Amino acid sequence: MANKIKLEVVTPDKLLLSKDVDVVVCTGVDGEFGVLAGHVPFLSALAIGELRFRDGNATDYAAVSGGFAEVTGEKVTVLAEAAELAREIDLDRAKRARERAEQRIAKAATEQLEYSRAEAALQRAMLRMRVAEKGRPSA
Amino acid sequence: MAALRDIKNKISAVKKTRQITRAMNMVAAAKLRGVQEKAERFKPYAGKFADVLRSVSAGVDPEIHPLLAQPESVETVALILLTADRGLCGSFNMNLITKAERFIKEQTQAGRQVLLYTVGRKGRDYFRRRKVEIAQDLSGVMNVVDFDLAVQVARLGLNAFLGGQAQEVHLIYSRFASMASFVPTAEKMLPISPEAAAEGEAGGASEYLIEPSAEEILVDLLPRYINVRVYNALLQTATSEQAARMAAMDNATKNCKEMINNLTLLYNKARQSAITAELMDIVGGAEALKQG
Repeated sequence: MANKIKLEVVTPDKLLLSKDVDVVVCTGVDGEFGVLAGHVPFLSALAIGELRFRDGNATDYAAVSGGFAEVTGEKVTVLAEAAELAREIDLDRAKRARERAEQRIAKAATEQLEYSRAEAALQRAMLRMRVAEKGRPSA
Repeated sequence: MAALRDIKNKISAVKKTRQITRAMNMVAAAKLRGVQEKAERFKPYAGKFADVLRSVSAGVDPEIHPLLAQPESVETVALILLTADRGLCGSFNMNLITKAERFIKEQTQAGRQVLLYTVGRKGRDYFRRRKVEIAQDLSGVMNVVDFDLAVQVARLGLNAFLGGQAQEVHLIYSRFASMASFVPTAEKMLPISPEAAAEGEAGGASEYLIEPSAEEILVDLLPRYINVRVYNALLQTATSEQAARMAAMDNATKNCKEMINNLTLLYNKARQSAITAELMDIVGGAEALKQG
């Protein structure tokens, strides 16, 4: 299969993923974009969003909390400060985080900085829950 | 006889101390491995990050971002001092603190105010005892060094800088040069010097399509760059701490061993002379009986 592209997800804690896949779909700040092998060199900021990759018939998901994607013809490198594969997400933890974030938003409605931080936390929690649901083997 | 028992007690006390120092040595060794592993896992991220930063910052006007703006005059400098939470690691903490004191002195002489932030209990305790004002401290955190901690520490600096309380932010940490050499190092963290951001060959930007734009990515990238640098400094400090503790505890164990040897010698001598004295008594008594 010459048409595969290598996907690497790098976080400060570890190399989360290094795999040859058919398609990678990332959530950029300007919307989703898909990458196939032979893509032009490309650099994009990523939003808090999901990362999808398909290898053969299997599609896998990961949650990415912002960062960057660097694309060269044969490789996609995702640099994120936090990222998890769907099957590794702790759903209970994400739910608790969502509740915490909602409380903080309610409290911090007046203060701009605190509000945007809480909002980002909420987005991350929701994303993890969404991705965890999708990544369930039964789904 | 009392002296004999005293020596014996002392020997057992030193033996217990040796057991403790030996255990601490092993704990430090295990922790050192853990931190080194973390540093190893961080390397790919740091390396890739530097690559991306280089290709983005090439050809971008450095004036566009507040973190790059060089201040016209510097009145207040923020200093973030990284130390350990615990002692018993030789001169490790003291070296860092001395470096910080020298830095504060230099800045004060230059007519600047210093805003002190401490990370790690030892630095906080030292300056608190000397009634030096500490703007904010994070202590009890060096046990688990992770990226979240780096983000917290970086935020201290970023808030001071962006909030206008300080025009420069410096960081003092322990650079891990080798297992036996840790260099207290002071680095200017903010504003980011343009050379640091653009080091390496220029002209990489043209090779990429960049979305949304190089400028906008840079806005996102630079605060993260601070996180990366702080995390690196934290990891090196933690590595140095554990290595320093290993060395200190190894020395302590050796000293205990020496002390035990000396005390055992003393004990044997004392025992010998007690036996001799007793023998003399018995012989003297027997002689007296024979004569009677």
